[in-house]
Amino acid sequence: MNRTVLRRMLREPSGLLGLVLLVLVLLVALAGPYIAPNSPTDTLGTVGAPPGGGFALGTDYLGRDVLSRLLNGGRSVIFIGLTATILAYIIGVIAGLYAGYRSGIRDTVTMRSVDVILAFPPLLILLLLVGGFRQHVWVLVVGVVIVQTPGIARITRTATLSVSKTSYVEAAQTRGDSTRTIWRKDIIPNIQAVLLADFGIRFAVSIVLIASMNYLGLGLAPPASDWGLMMSENQSIISLNPMAVLGPAIMLALLTVSINLIADAYLRAISGGQDNIVKRLRRAPRTPAGLPLEPAPVPGEGSLT
Amino acid sequence: MTRLDTVVDESKGAEVISLEDLRVDTASGMPIVEGVSLSLDEGQILGVVGESGSGKTTTALALFGFAQGGAELARGTIRLPGHAPFELATSKDLRVLRGHYVSYVPQSPGTALNPVMRVSRALREMQEHRNRGDTDARRDLEAERDEVLAVVGLPNTHEFQQRFPHQLSGGQQQRVCLAVALLSGSQTIVLDEPTTGLDVITQASVLDELRRLQRTRRVAMVYISHDLAVVSELATHVAVMYAGNIVEIGTAEQVLTRPAHPYTRGLLSSTPDYRRAGLPAAMPGVAVSLSDRSEDACSFAPRCALATDECRAAAPSLRPLPWAAAAGGAPGNGGRHDASCYHPVGSPFSVTARELPEASPIDVGAVLGVERLTVEHHVRGQRVAAVTDVSFAVARGECLALVGESGSGKTTIARAIAGLQPYETGSITLHGEQMAQPAARRTREQLRRLQIVFQNASLALNPREDVRAAISRSSNLCTKESRRPLEELMELAGLQPGLLGRLPRQLSGGERQRVAIARALATNPEVLICDEITSSLDVSVQAAVLATIEDLQAKLGLALLFITHDIGVVAALADRVMVLQRGSVCEAGPTRSVLDEPKSEYAKRLMDAAPSLSVGN
Repeated sequence: MNRTVLRRMLREPSGLLGLVLLVLVLLVALAGPYIAPNSPTDTLGTVGAPPGGGFALGTDYLGRDVLSRLLNGGRSVIFIGLTATILAYIIGVIAGLYAGYRSGIRDTVTMRSVDVILAFPPLLILLLLVGGFRQHVWVLVVGVVIVQTPGIARITRTATLSVSKTSYVEAAQTRGDSTRTIWRKDIIPNIQAVLLADFGIRFAVSIVLIASMNYLGLGLAPPASDWGLMMSENQSIISLNPMAVLGPAIMLALLTVSINLIADAYLRAISGGQDNIVKRLRRAPRTPAGLPLEPAPVPGEGSLT
Repeated sequence: MTRLDTVVDESKGAEVISLEDLRVDTASGMPIVEGVSLSLDEGQILGVVGESGSGKTTTALALFGFAQGGAELARGTIRLPGHAPFELATSKDLRVLRGHYVSYVPQSPGTALNPVMRVSRALREMQEHRNRGDTDARRDLEAERDEVLAVVGLPNTHEFQQRFPHQLSGGQQQRVCLAVALLSGSQTIVLDEPTTGLDVITQASVLDELRRLQRTRRVAMVYISHDLAVVSELATHVAVMYAGNIVEIGTAEQVLTRPAHPYTRGLLSSTPDYRRAGLPAAMPGVAVSLSDRSEDACSFAPRCALATDECRAAAPSLRPLPWAAAAGGAPGNGGRHDASCYHPVGSPFSVTARELPEASPIDVGAVLGVERLTVEHHVRGQRVAAVTDVSFAVARGECLALVGESGSGKTTIARAIAGLQPYETGSITLHGEQMAQPAARRTREQLRRLQIVFQNASLALNPREDVRAAISRSSNLCTKESRRPLEELMELAGLQPGLLGRLPRQLSGGERQRVAIARALATNPEVLICDEITSSLDVSVQAAVLATIEDLQAKLGLALLFITHDIGVVAALADRVMVLQRGSVCEAGPTRSVLDEPKSEYAKRLMDAAPSLSVGN
């Protein structure tokens, strides 16, 4: 990402808002443990006490301080969720590129394998994994990757298929560019809009998956604090202290929304704030499509570079 | 605004529609079209020509009270006999116009027909629309459908009516659209480039059909086209548009034989025509963009050789030409001939083609050789022969043109040579050296020597790469010493160096194709394959691109394989021509002899169908 793109992103209100929100959520997650007023794991009050009386956000289903748990629960979500989603993207995009670019038998084999994975319910895959291995953070990550990869591979393949048929890819082939160069320069830049469009949603799904694994006791074991885990474990006291569920839910929502806003702003920035370019084009000199004329020195030339 | 009586021919019938003082604005209030007036009598075909962006489609759409997204009908009146005038800017019942008084045949029939509707259903929709609230409308709808299909030259069998659009050929789709327009019963049909996507033979038959409809049904038509040759074969009247104004209007004969406006003359000169040799003359400059139009100067002045201070001081208005005014006042003399120019020319127009330099002696020994090439496509498990047993050779400095209808295998041959299309049998050689089938298995030297320029320039450039990156990537095939500097490549392709930092979307169509040419030249090739490289360009731009190709060939001694469906382009550029029919060669030989005295039946049909700038036939 170069500086122009970043500048364009920040000039937009939505891009700026997304970035501010993301920084805010990251601050809470990273610095939270150091500013938490209480221990996240000690039972300190009555069960499900509403906000007030020494606990700014009340207490949870075991009488622990919701605020302290909230401040402690961000790291695992962001670390595991983001790692797993990014890994899933790396594997899924490569599989999709391979299938879409190398059509024929290689496409069929890749995509049918993907379909096999899709045929299993996600939770079954996760149960199998946890049954086979011990409870560990990496089991969670691998589980999420297995569940998420097929979808990413499918959309990548579809987008790749149409881009692979364009003349600019064929032009690259006729001058002998390597497959890696073609992927990197011709295909990925032109399908990234499709890929990024649902990154935020996929990230949110990953978090929910991790939370449900935690809830089932398959991932991080209680009493670990984790936004996803907090949402599920406090469902029984939602009427006593709604903040025990709403607090982590709001944090997760802010995280997802901020990522979506940034992805959108990025896509708009690379597609070049169409209006500005039209305006600049009008000022810049036009090349005659006719025979080459003398290039007239026009002030403002080069404003596009 | 003066109203234009373009239609005073006594043999013609009554006026069916007139449009007065049209103005269409963009959302920001800039006029796309301003002060356009025209009228049509029954049985009249008005050809509207101009480069892209001249406002011809906008004007035609306004005839039925429609404006494209982002545009707004700001002013204008439509008058119909027996109906109160429609004020386009304010009227609430413009829908009445559509499909009752004016119907429309859109540019690409492939997307105009709903893909899930069978032919019969598409026709029935129009019948139902027409009959809505009309108690004495025709009731025998089925018989009427059969009738209209016969009128447009389609089989009126039940089987045909049960087909879906994708089961029809392009020409059939266009005829179905025409049938729908006829069913509306409206007396005016607006046709927007109806034959642009069709090959010449189909185009000729659709044009025949239109001529017949005009004669038998006395329908008035507005025929929009960028192709003056087509218009000259069909239209009774011609309006030339530039920068949102009509700059010249009159009967086809007047406009095409004694064109008054320099722009009209430029357009005529840049139209390729197979009946003349040499390159069409390019018009300098590009069509003025929307924001650069000036209210107090002739918008054509910057491109005009005849422009004087007067032209730059005030915009001329459309007015009768002195020589036509004398004659045109009286009925029966073919109507008035108007132009908006201070210095109308009006001398009889003779085609000025840039004569080609004496054919340089062709080096002995072919650079590119194709031997008994056979290509099959696999369609749903079946093998369909696309190219059968085609052999040819191209020498250094020679231009071989491949012509034929769509589906004749021209592009397949080009792709096979470029290594993009696997083939069954045959061999493709470069300097006598056999090349591997897929491009990936060819040597770097082979790749470097043979380059291809694709049909659609907007798809041929990576939208995320600027001009510099696009061209540099190709240069990498050359060794450091033999690499041409970017500036030289830009100049060869006729591009300003200032464009190097631009992305493809910031370029005009002609510039994009030039970048694609520069990219191909960057490898310093010996063979250049040009696959319909000018078919998506305006004639004036096309003429300039063809001139560039011609120069390059002379300067660099390229062996050119030029693929086109346009016989006029072949005549302008090719040394030899090869006519393809359903995948095999049906005639080959020196260009002039094939064009002037075609021997095979098919080539004869192709030449007959080729539109030519000729009036009075």
